[in-house]
Amino acid sequence: MHIDWAALGSVFGVSLVVTVALVALFTLGIAGLSKKESATGASAALAVAGAYACFAACAAAVAYGISLIVA
Amino acid sequence: MESFSLILAIVVVTALAFDFTNGFHDTANAMATTISTGALKPKVAVAMSAVLNLVGAFLSIEVANTISKGLVDESGIQPEVIFAALVGAILWNLLTWLVGLPSSSSHALMGGLIGATIASAGLGAVHGDVLVTKVLIPAVAAPLVAGIAAMIATRLTYALGRNADDNTTSKGYRAGQIASAGLVSLAHGTNDAQKTMGIITLALVAGGSIAPDSDPPTWVILSAGVAIALGTYLGGWRIIRTMGKGLTDLQPQQGFAAQTSAATVILASSHLGFSLSTTHSVSGSVMGAGLGRKHGVVRWSTATRMFVAWGLTLPAAALVGALAEFVTSFGAWGTGLVAVFLVASSAAIWVVSRREVVDHTNVNDTEEPAGVVTTAIAAVTPPPVGHPAEDLAASVPAGQETPANSSSPSAVA
Repeated sequence: MHIDWAALGSVFGVSLVVTVALVALFTLGIAGLSKKESATGASAALAVAGAYACFAACAAAVAYGISLIVA
Repeated sequence: MESFSLILAIVVVTALAFDFTNGFHDTANAMATTISTGALKPKVAVAMSAVLNLVGAFLSIEVANTISKGLVDESGIQPEVIFAALVGAILWNLLTWLVGLPSSSSHALMGGLIGATIASAGLGAVHGDVLVTKVLIPAVAAPLVAGIAAMIATRLTYALGRNADDNTTSKGYRAGQIASAGLVSLAHGTNDAQKTMGIITLALVAGGSIAPDSDPPTWVILSAGVAIALGTYLGGWRIIRTMGKGLTDLQPQQGFAAQTSAATVILASSHLGFSLSTTHSVSGSVMGAGLGRKHGVVRWSTATRMFVAWGLTLPAAALVGALAEFVTSFGAWGTGLVAVFLVASSAAIWVVSRREVVDHTNVNDTEEPAGVVTTAIAAVTPPPVGHPAEDLAASVPAGQETPANSSSPSAVA
């Protein structure tokens, strides 16, 4: 019997890294957006720009996910 | 020739019925967390999931080909065997729906197929090593992988987001949950609608109406996609309640972490060649998210019931499949008897379910589900009275208790 431990291990590793990275990015995006309320001037603009960069990365991950499903 | 095409027609209809039960059984996978955290209204959630399932069904035929070209020897398969397998899978899906437990529709299908194949062609026709590598190990691995990822992600999102203001947080996680739930729905359509396509294709090959190793015909893809979408839209509210509220109490942060973990695991597993069950991944990620929050709880009594159901899925469906195959082997009247039995017991399960209706209006009501489960089981166990297939009806509940009594090896799996 052949059990593909390497495939299982890579599923585990990839899932863990991608999930944690995505959730972290998304949360950073939310944190950045909410800074807009409290901060002023340049730091607020920076926070919002960072937030949108985070959301864009998440959107790219979703697009990649869809492309995996379609392929 | 006429009876020959009749059995094929019966198989196709039964396969689509299975696809339908698969749809409403698995709505919970995509939408339970979204519904329980209030990110989407229940009806909107199931409608969105249904559409994405339908779209997903048209995207690929890879999984269908794995089913129709691998697990069992095609040479030993008759359409009757596939019919018997589907009877086992449908009844198990309906029974677990009645008691509100998420269980893998693919395991039910494989179980039915294995039982019916053993009854028809003997133990030799089943590839035992494939069973271990493709069914047992993934069943253990999926909730662990998804659960650990969801737990760490939940911790992290609470830590990173602790200073964010409430308005941004609730809007943000709502959007995030909808996106990740959409991905799960799409992936479910490509995976599970294709299982039915694979089964129908297998039946068509077995019945000789298309050549071995053919891809599924277009009408098969179309009808399978529509059946699963209809089932999804109907919504398996009982299972949604268990998954979204029964296992743990989810906040939007947890719902988002759980759904992201589930979507990632499902996609990673199907593309790195180690296929994991959607149901097991989502259940695991919900529990992981429950454990990841400070003071979060997992209701282990509900979780244990669910694990037991997972362990029983394959043997129970196999047993019903084997019995059904035994009866169909008596000829056309046997097949008719099994068909009548399937319709009658499905109707009986539906009637029992009406005693305690769970739908989109009360899906988020929390209540102690133990009472519901016990009464449901008590109500199901006696066979339908005055039913033509009384012998068979009596033997099926008895059969389902057999693995329960000797369940230690299977429950572990």
